Amino acid sequence: MSNYAIGERVQVRADYPLGHIRTPFYIRGATGLIVDSMGAFPNPEIAATTGTTTETQPLYRVRFSQKDAWADYSGGPRDTLDVEIYEHWLEPQSGATQ
Amino acid sequence: MSTQPDPSNPAPHRGYHDIGGLPGDVIDQSEHVLEPWEKRVDAMRMLLGDDKRKLLRADGLRNAIETMGEDIYLELGYYERWMAAVIKVLTERGVLERDEIDARIAAVQARLGIDSVTPRPMPAAPDSKGQQQ
Repeated sequence: MSNYAIGERVQVRADYPLGHIRTPFYIRGATGLIVDSMGAFPNPEIAATTGTTTETQPLYRVRFSQKDAWADYSGGPRDTLDVEIYEHWLEPQSGATQ
Repeated sequence: MSTQPDPSNPAPHRGYHDIGGLPGDVIDQSEHVLEPWEKRVDAMRMLLGDDKRKLLRADGLRNAIETMGEDIYLELGYYERWMAAVIKVLTERGVLERDEIDARIAAVQARLGIDSVTPRPMPAAPDSKGQQQ
């Protein structure tokens, strides 16, 4: 079950917990666009300490503008960056324009 | 920066391995031929994570590497981190005692006629509750 559709705007949680986290530090808090749905996988944050888990999380490919990811980005304004992010790290970004 | 710190957490936690975007050294792009021991560490990790043993899969390996301590992490090379992670997880889960590993290392050294080796930093042995000290 996926809660986000391709084309939807999402915001990455600006959260900084301890533990094994697959969401890179540099992209937390950024807003991006769902561009692909990768399927569901065992939640790595749980499997990290238990070995395996039956809890799965949908994984999405999220596209960000490079200038949103890096404050000092000096490349082209249309350059993008794709990051694969688990659903529990995403929040809906309602009303935002693409 | 788009990643705004949480106001209730003025110094957001950043794992020492999570270095994307930070300034770093020049990347060595030369081809690295794997040493036999590196291949063996890789094989060991694979066997420990197979369906029969289910002891150490990719998530657990990474978690062990990310919790062995920054000093150790920075000191060790790629497969040394894997080896340290294997030791950490197997001793924490009580599969092996650190003493057994040390005795085995000594036996192999004796067999190969090695007098001394440069010790590499390793995660602390777990205490009696299996927790890392």
